[in-house]
Amino acid sequence: MHTENVTLTVNGRRHALELDPRTTLLDALREHLGLTGTKKGCDQGQCGACTVIVNGQRINSCLTLAVMHAGDEITTIEGLEDGGNLHPMQAAFARHDGLQCGYCTPGQICSAVALLAEHNAGWPSYATADVAIAPVLTDAEIAERMSGNICRCSAYANIVSAIRDVAEGGRT
Amino acid sequence: MKPFRYERASSVASACALATEPTTKFVAGGTNLLDLMKLQIETPTHLVDIGPLPLADIEETAEGGLRIGARVTNSVLAADMRVRRRYPVLSQAILAGASTQLRNKATTGGNLLQRTRCAYFYDTTKPCNKRMPGSGCAALEGLNRMNAVIGVSNDCIAAHGSDMAVAMAALDARVETVAADGAIRTIPIDTLYRPPGNTPHIETVLAPGELIQSVLLPPPPPGRQLYRKVRDRASFAFALVSAAVVVAREGDGVSAARVAFGGISYKPWRSREAEAALVGAPATRASFDAAGRAALRNAHGYGYNDFKIPLARRTLRAVLADATGVI
Repeated sequence: MHTENVTLTVNGRRHALELDPRTTLLDALREHLGLTGTKKGCDQGQCGACTVIVNGQRINSCLTLAVMHAGDEITTIEGLEDGGNLHPMQAAFARHDGLQCGYCTPGQICSAVALLAEHNAGWPSYATADVAIAPVLTDAEIAERMSGNICRCSAYANIVSAIRDVAEGGRT
Repeated sequence: MKPFRYERASSVASACALATEPTTKFVAGGTNLLDLMKLQIETPTHLVDIGPLPLADIEETAEGGLRIGARVTNSVLAADMRVRRRYPVLSQAILAGASTQLRNKATTGGNLLQRTRCAYFYDTTKPCNKRMPGSGCAALEGLNRMNAVIGVSNDCIAAHGSDMAVAMAALDARVETVAADGAIRTIPIDTLYRPPGNTPHIETVLAPGELIQSVLLPPPPPGRQLYRKVRDRASFAFALVSAAVVVAREGDGVSAARVAFGGISYKPWRSREAEAALVGAPATRASFDAAGRAALRNAHGYGYNDFKIPLARRTLRAVLADATGVI
């Protein structure tokens, strides 16, 4: 079998891997690095369970090849906590009960963390009335921006509350 | 996924030279190609990753427009302040498509070259002339609710899925390509796509090894720009019908108009017929209805998608009314 050497930087640690080029980033994380927090849902970019943050932007790790990410900074759910303390978004999801079964949660949280950065950068969304003006992060904006993450338990209301809580900078 | 050889392009010229075999594919974001490779609908033997190429900038052009590098992601393009201020219909259209995760990977060139989402193209147990030339079209007599109603043939009624391209069609975008021999040419977006005819597997006029390197937007046309998308759910769904318009009023009349539809054809469907009906007409719902009738005059439903014809007319009327402030 033809293989490629690639060094992936995940949660600040470098990993040298020899991979079949067909290996998706998702499979590299789960099967080669043992980082099983990132979940495989649909494996076709529709559910968002595999969402990770690459160079500050959220992507579907199922629809990209690991060999395409040499030199990138990859952050998974395992990389969000800081010295044993939950990331504020993780804490908010727990506080607001933003989950039921929890399978989609790592993807939801990675997505939500990146969402706040996108909003802080002034990015518009489909819910933005005038795309020329940086929008206020209303619940409609949060829902639209999270549409790439499906929760089959339908914890959406509490997911939106958790994200709004962190966006507003504190506990509610 | 079938095995393939993976290579990173070191220059535009080397990328084009590597890709002259029809079984070689360029990959940029990969969001559509890798999905199709998993299903073995796409089975390239070589992938040329154009990620290292310097095609990720948005630059002003001398004529007052923008040059968008082929690797500029959909997210970056939609968020660019020059696009948001001067080409808001393009931002709106991009943001109407897919999810943020996908838009963060999907590129300008890849979006234009995405394959159809026709259910029978994806279902490898069914005939499809696009996937397997000569096997027939299962959509013709099948569940064709999402399929095209204009410009297609009895060999293929697949619709193009892009929102971005619909706005680009209304904005008279041109695609700049580099061929394997280094020759550069510009192609109006309206002629990039080949009608399906009896060769629906040949989708564009691009030759093997020809790479889209940028999309050129001319200066914005006069008038208000607006994109309207009609779909089965509020977000993250392909269009049943969409419409991009740029429309200017002078007094009570329409002085300039651009109209393009999504979801109804094999390509973003620019309607010069609707534009001709609008220019010089009073800005009224009756005029907008007449433009819709002109646009869909040659449309033909295939059963489950018959509704798209009146829906496209009504969508055009609604978006024109919004854009012109007509109640």
